[in-house]
Amino acid sequence: MENTTKDYSHIKGWGIDADPKNDPTYPMKRRTNEEHLGYSWERPTLQPQTVEILHSNERPNVTAVFGTSTPPSGLSGMIRRLAFKKTENDYGHWLPLILADRINVVEGIIEDLRSGHVPNIFAEKGYKAEWKYNRGGLLRKAAVAAILSYGVVAYFRAKKKRKHNY
Amino acid sequence: MLAMNYRGPLRVRASQKPMPKIEHPQDAIVRVTRSCICGSDLHLYNGSVPDTRVGMTFGHEFTGIVEEVGSEVTKIKVGDHVLVPFNIACGQCAFCKQELYGNCHESNPQATAVGGIFGYSHTAGGYNGGQAEYARVPYANVGPTIIPEGMDPDDAVLLTDVVPTGYQAAEMGGIQKGDTVVVFGAGPVGIMAAKCSWLFGAGRVIIIDQVDYRLEFARNYAQCEAYNFNEIGDPVLFLKKETDWMGADVCIDAVGAEAAGNAMQTITGRKLLLQAGSATAVHWAINSVKKGGIISIVGVYGPTDNLIPIGNVLNKGLTIRANQASVKRLLPRLIEHVQNGVLNPKGLITHRIPLEEVSDAYRIFSEKLDNCIKPILISPSAGL
Repeated sequence: MENTTKDYSHIKGWGIDADPKNDPTYPMKRRTNEEHLGYSWERPTLQPQTVEILHSNERPNVTAVFGTSTPPSGLSGMIRRLAFKKTENDYGHWLPLILADRINVVEGIIEDLRSGHVPNIFAEKGYKAEWKYNRGGLLRKAAVAAILSYGVVAYFRAKKKRKHNY
Repeated sequence: MLAMNYRGPLRVRASQKPMPKIEHPQDAIVRVTRSCICGSDLHLYNGSVPDTRVGMTFGHEFTGIVEEVGSEVTKIKVGDHVLVPFNIACGQCAFCKQELYGNCHESNPQATAVGGIFGYSHTAGGYNGGQAEYARVPYANVGPTIIPEGMDPDDAVLLTDVVPTGYQAAEMGGIQKGDTVVVFGAGPVGIMAAKCSWLFGAGRVIIIDQVDYRLEFARNYAQCEAYNFNEIGDPVLFLKKETDWMGADVCIDAVGAEAAGNAMQTITGRKLLLQAGSATAVHWAINSVKKGGIISIVGVYGPTDNLIPIGNVLNKGLTIRANQASVKRLLPRLIEHVQNGVLNPKGLITHRIPLEEVSDAYRIFSEKLDNCIKPILISPSAGL
């Protein structure tokens, strides 16, 4: 077939039923089979690495360009570094990243407080809009949360009381 | 500059961040004129995409005026008003050369399964996005496209994702004249997929969702049938009956990870994160398409696993086609459709919200408040 540099003449019947029109990837992909030549294209100019960039171990290098938005840092960064030792095929990659994301939320709050900013979580969650457009729903959610919280507190109080009685 | 700032699941705010700068000779800096919140931003907002770091700015649908260009940029210049495809693509790798601009191999170091995407976590390259006053645009010779004279910026901003994704969803369906197409999800992309299905000659287009105002909008905007899955019993059985017991020719999943409608999928996929989101839409698609039919997936899922009836894919002889839209490949045709009045993207926009109120904007879109279909954010320096 096109772009095939290897000689398959020793394989009887090689390619006799090949039909280039039978390509379910078209028109998404204009097949050139260039990737059969491997990672051999002329790469764009490489972006200088000014911050730590973690890269998948399913590729040999950092891509020519990359985002520098939020380099790994703190405890979440340590977990992310460990995660990138595993392949994208491994839960050992993705689950620690999710854990790191949750730890990063706490780090974000600490960072806010350190810089003198008390995060307004009510505003950040957009409750102003919820209050404006879905007041009934918001009140219902608040009531359910209050009842559940009361139930949990009451349960533990009762448990504590029972313990004291013995 | 003012920018959206992610603080954790369901928590975002607008805050001051440093101005972006040229970091590569093919970079450009744009002053953002329009940016949208996309349905797929909600996966980030809900905390379901791994490696979404606190402090990041989301936003992969935006237009802007070029303020600065790197030394290797030749295709655009300072002052140009450009629309910026959500894919970050080098144009040089084997995949870009085959027009797989959503699968570039030189834009995302963190994962090989997806190319770089603006403002879409480190799993998609770690780039800040366009929900800001300014944004860094890498590979400015490849992606950014000058907005044709006379085109409304509201139309242009929807050409960065919603229109090409909806169009490619229909295109990947391999729709033949007279085919019945079922679209799961009446969000902006689903509505656009329904609309575009007609362009490929569909004979019947059905959209399935559970939000009545969106179904009503879809009926009017995409001239299709629209049904609430809470009112039709089992949607698979309903669709079988509607197609003389054959099943649809083509089913499109335009929902992705946030799907409702199946308690087991919702609990394992969205609440417990045991799956990469709830796969209800693709599950229904597989079971309601006809034997030998085609499933087209543009709904976004996380990078781990999902529970779907793969045995039925085999037994029914189905073809599954899926990809991130290749915006650059599709733009010439779609610009033509907008200019000729075949498509009216800005008709999807229901909310224009100042960037300063980004927290409320996310809440409104996420909770489907105030009959929201598509919100756009206007930054204080948009200028138009």
